Amino acid sequence: MLNTQDILETIKMIREENLDIRTVTMGISLFDCITDDPSRLEEKIYDKITGSARRLVSVCEELERTYGIPIVNKRISVTPISYIGAGLSPEGFVRLARVLERAATELGVNFIGGYSAHVQKGCIKGAANLIESIPEALSETTRICSSINVATTKAGINMDAVKKMGEIIKKTAYLTRDNDSIGCAKLVVFANIPEDNPFMAGAVHGIGEPDTVINVGVSGPGVVAAAIKEAGQCDFSMLADTVKKIAFKITRVGQLIAAEAANRLGVPYGIVDLSLAPTPAKGDSVAEILENMGLERTGTHGTTAALALLNDAVKKGGVMASSHVGGLSGAFIPVSEDRGMINAAVCGTLTLEKLEAMTAVCSVGLDMIAIPGDTEASTISGIIADEISIGVVNNKTTAVRVIPVYGKEEGDIAQFGGLLGYAPIMPLKSESCAAFINRGGRIPAPIHSLRN
Amino acid sequence: MKAVVTVTGKDKVGIIAMASAECAKYGANIVDISQTVMKDYFAMIMLIELDGLTTDFASFSDKLQIAGTEAGVDIRVMHEDIFNTMHKI
Repeated sequence: MLNTQDILETIKMIREENLDIRTVTMGISLFDCITDDPSRLEEKIYDKITGSARRLVSVCEELERTYGIPIVNKRISVTPISYIGAGLSPEGFVRLARVLERAATELGVNFIGGYSAHVQKGCIKGAANLIESIPEALSETTRICSSINVATTKAGINMDAVKKMGEIIKKTAYLTRDNDSIGCAKLVVFANIPEDNPFMAGAVHGIGEPDTVINVGVSGPGVVAAAIKEAGQCDFSMLADTVKKIAFKITRVGQLIAAEAANRLGVPYGIVDLSLAPTPAKGDSVAEILENMGLERTGTHGTTAALALLNDAVKKGGVMASSHVGGLSGAFIPVSEDRGMINAAVCGTLTLEKLEAMTAVCSVGLDMIAIPGDTEASTISGIIADEISIGVVNNKTTAVRVIPVYGKEEGDIAQFGGLLGYAPIMPLKSESCAAFINRGGRIPAPIHSLRN
Repeated sequence: MKAVVTVTGKDKVGIIAMASAECAKYGANIVDISQTVMKDYFAMIMLIELDGLTTDFASFSDKLQIAGTEAGVDIRVMHEDIFNTMHKI
């Protein structure tokens, strides 16, 4: 017989501490849809996606019932669209975006990721046209997520793309101005983008992936926060052990759901992503974990160290619990999606500079940060360049998802709704970096990229 | 297939009778049971065998939940594997 305490612990995690599976994401390759006839391409993509993921939502619902654990999101990631529609014009890409939206709506999935391009060293025509189409595509759709990889440790940073993305983010903000520039919440700029990430907005189905695959993202900051609270006044070794043990249990649930979903759908199981993903709900916050470790408020001195400990312990605990770990695998710190982060940002304890430092020790980057609507495109590019440099030099993934909220300024609150939450507009430096950004070209790869 | 049924809530007369009657009604065989009352709080865990279930898992789970709500307790039915994977290496 199972141990009564164990059973009650699991029930408590689910009922009181918001343990859930954040996402079951099906990756679908679209390479076999490629054709030079745009209408035929649209038709083939629609058929491939709706055919492959036909049972995704119903199987996930079945699993929720059987195992008694919520699966919050059912998602799809596809091969970066810039490869599939490499010959399309920007208007052609927008049409394709509508097709993707229609497929996602038909299937009932929450998001579809892969409106993406990899341009770390340069832009093929398809990638340039896709980037050009992003503002319109994101303003016309609700479920599509876009990601652009502008740098890798191997290739260095494509500063032309960084500059362009500053402009694209501004334009996207303007076109979605009626909804607090929500389009930008579905657009993320990456360094070292992973090819099997199940989380949005950065999910893509990489070119080395199988035809279809199931990747799962776990969650559970509330569970970790509760365990730390219960551990009380212990030293750091004990603290790290507490996190490891609980991360193991959380990840095991992810592994179970991933294996079972893959089995029932007849699709290979890819990876479990160990990231602790917060929500704006009470008791589902990464900031709360840090505060339970002994910080009066997230963002104060000691925050980076606390996050480093958390991130490392989560990986160490999770890695043994799953046969394949991948994606981003770390703690997320999206400001608007985490109640503790929101409070800390409102108080001014959590600043952009501190967030940048925090991203050096966790995944993923400057995430869901609302900034003034009148921010210059070059300033946004400067924010991107700084954050991307951290990823490139430290051989890790970093990303930027900032929202220059049209018509709002420092002190206002932007409302994104649902899991995307709300956020105070954070202040930026007023001095320009335009002359730096306008230089153009590439920042060379760091010396330690030469590993062979 | 085995499942774990947890019944929690304020203690009163007849909770075990109600839960086990519901299991019997749908052909679920109780193979293990443990129950405790802490202060006024009732907690029962049953391990049930579902091979002879006369309905599907989802509707069995729904029926138990409804019966629990009527009796003022919370009943959940979960596949045993979620506990096994989480707590056993």
